[in-house]
Amino acid sequence: MFRYIVKRILMMIVILWCAGVVIFTLTYLVPGDVASLMLGKEATVEVINQKRTVLGLDQPYLVQLGRYMYDTFIRLDFGDSWIFSSSVMAELAVRLPRTLLIGLSAMVLNVTIGTLLGIFAGTHEGKWQDSLVMIIAMVFISAPDFFVALLLILLFSLKLGWLPAYGIESMACYILPIISCALGGIAVNARQARSSMLEVIRADFVTTARAKGQKEKVITRKHMLPNAMMPIITGVGGGLAMVVAGSPVIESVFSIPGVGAYMLAGVNQHDYPVVRACVIFFALFCSVAILIMDLCYAFLDPRIKAQYSKGKKVK
Amino acid sequence: MSKTRKVHKQSQTLEFFQRMTKAFSAKLGIILLALIVLVCLAGPFFSPYEVNGVDLANMYSGPSSQHLLGCDSMGRDLFTRLMYGGRYSLALGICASLFGAAVGVIIGSIGGYFGGMTETVIMRLMDVWSALPGTMLCILVSSAMGSGFFATVLALTVGGVPGTVRMIRGQILSERSREYIEAAQSINCSNLSIMFKHLLPNVIQPIIVTMTMGIGSCIIMAASLSYIGLGIQPPNPEWGAMLSEGRAYIRTYPHLILVPGIIIALAVFAINLMGDGVRDALDPKLRD
Repeated sequence: MFRYIVKRILMMIVILWCAGVVIFTLTYLVPGDVASLMLGKEATVEVINQKRTVLGLDQPYLVQLGRYMYDTFIRLDFGDSWIFSSSVMAELAVRLPRTLLIGLSAMVLNVTIGTLLGIFAGTHEGKWQDSLVMIIAMVFISAPDFFVALLLILLFSLKLGWLPAYGIESMACYILPIISCALGGIAVNARQARSSMLEVIRADFVTTARAKGQKEKVITRKHMLPNAMMPIITGVGGGLAMVVAGSPVIESVFSIPGVGAYMLAGVNQHDYPVVRACVIFFALFCSVAILIMDLCYAFLDPRIKAQYSKGKKVK
Repeated sequence: MSKTRKVHKQSQTLEFFQRMTKAFSAKLGIILLALIVLVCLAGPFFSPYEVNGVDLANMYSGPSSQHLLGCDSMGRDLFTRLMYGGRYSLALGICASLFGAAVGVIIGSIGGYFGGMTETVIMRLMDVWSALPGTMLCILVSSAMGSGFFATVLALTVGGVPGTVRMIRGQILSERSREYIEAAQSINCSNLSIMFKHLLPNVIQPIIVTMTMGIGSCIIMAASLSYIGLGIQPPNPEWGAMLSEGRAYIRTYPHLILVPGIIIALAVFAINLMGDGVRDALDPKLRD
């Protein structure tokens, strides 16, 4: 088990290195001269050239790449923003909790509500409750999350006036972003939970449990649920990555100064240190999330756990 | 000419359609989608309004008998713009999904079929590729390539490629050691023709399913891109771009966001219902 974790972590570091090269190259290839874009049309050639030297843009590609890789992965310093000349790392540290708060709470809602709805639909297969849940789930899968967010703003902020529509002044500001992030995921999880529930319902061990006269509620809770949960738990890492990677859109709807909005501002202003730092951060976050979920999965599922402890005595 | 006995053989396509339309939801999806496509393609010919025809007398007007869905901030007829925009949005979704599947199939088949070093290199590349979250890649590529149609298709494609490649490779691995491949190899079939004539038809089903589902998510992603100011730009009437234009008037004229938003959701809803039908028809094992 330990060897597996070390192997995965080493692999992750190599992949992040390569991802760094890809990101640098992508942003390097963007057309347009950053220095002249930053200084505006009236700047003289001399000033522009001076700016290019300051930013290190006059160096050849490989030198720039080397310096970037050294700074980012050896010194662990994302550099300074070109536009605001402030440290990107410090800015990320301020913005990160906001993005994580939304992402993690949305994920908790996704898993709990999604699973409950899925089980509800699965145990009522073919009845109207099942159809109703599945139709609602399909609607929320089909609606773009920013449109759902706008609808929520329209209803709860503008018509009813219950919740603020933008900003981060109070905790109430986070309610609408979290809900609009979560709705799509709840729908996906409900469908997933329902289909794995239906698989489990026909399994032999459920028939056995019924045959020995076990109560239906106990069968659902103790026999079906743990097995039906497995695909959902596998999806948690990827789902969290999806929610966090989708943050630019949701944060721009609610004007939340999070990591996603930071990245988007960087893209629009050609502020590449910011863009690179944000993407590398997202990549790191996603890899770690998926790694942690894989490990949890191995611990939760006795069948997989048994594979790792092969040769040792299995208790 | 000798009389041949007529053998009643149902065509596979027909059988596929029959299986697909068995469920009510799939039928509904297909009809809804056909309706949307038809209106988007034919509608503009019957519309009395120009797509960018400004009419300042009717600014922000709500639905009426003259303007079925009302007008936007410049008095442009929303219904006309929706129909033109549908061409953009649907074409973006379909092209991106097809293109992504094609790239994925080619890379995945090469990796799966040749194995060894080729496979290792391709799969490690895919690991790196998929480490960068799809949405981020999409935003980056879109900002790097500009706002053209093909640039947006490319941006929508990049995120999904690693997933398709992995899936194809997995499928091919399980087919590679079958006897018919050995037979093809023994009669000196070229690698290319084995890959695309013998292997591909046997692994294509899950790709068709993901591709159908992918059209919907591509449309949503394209709309999100336009919403945050990348991808197709106003005044082009892409659905997401229309939503983005209407955002400023959410307080005063909510129909400017409701109309394009609902049509996006409706189109994707129809595509997803159809996708479920395709999945059930192609692979009964995958059925819930």
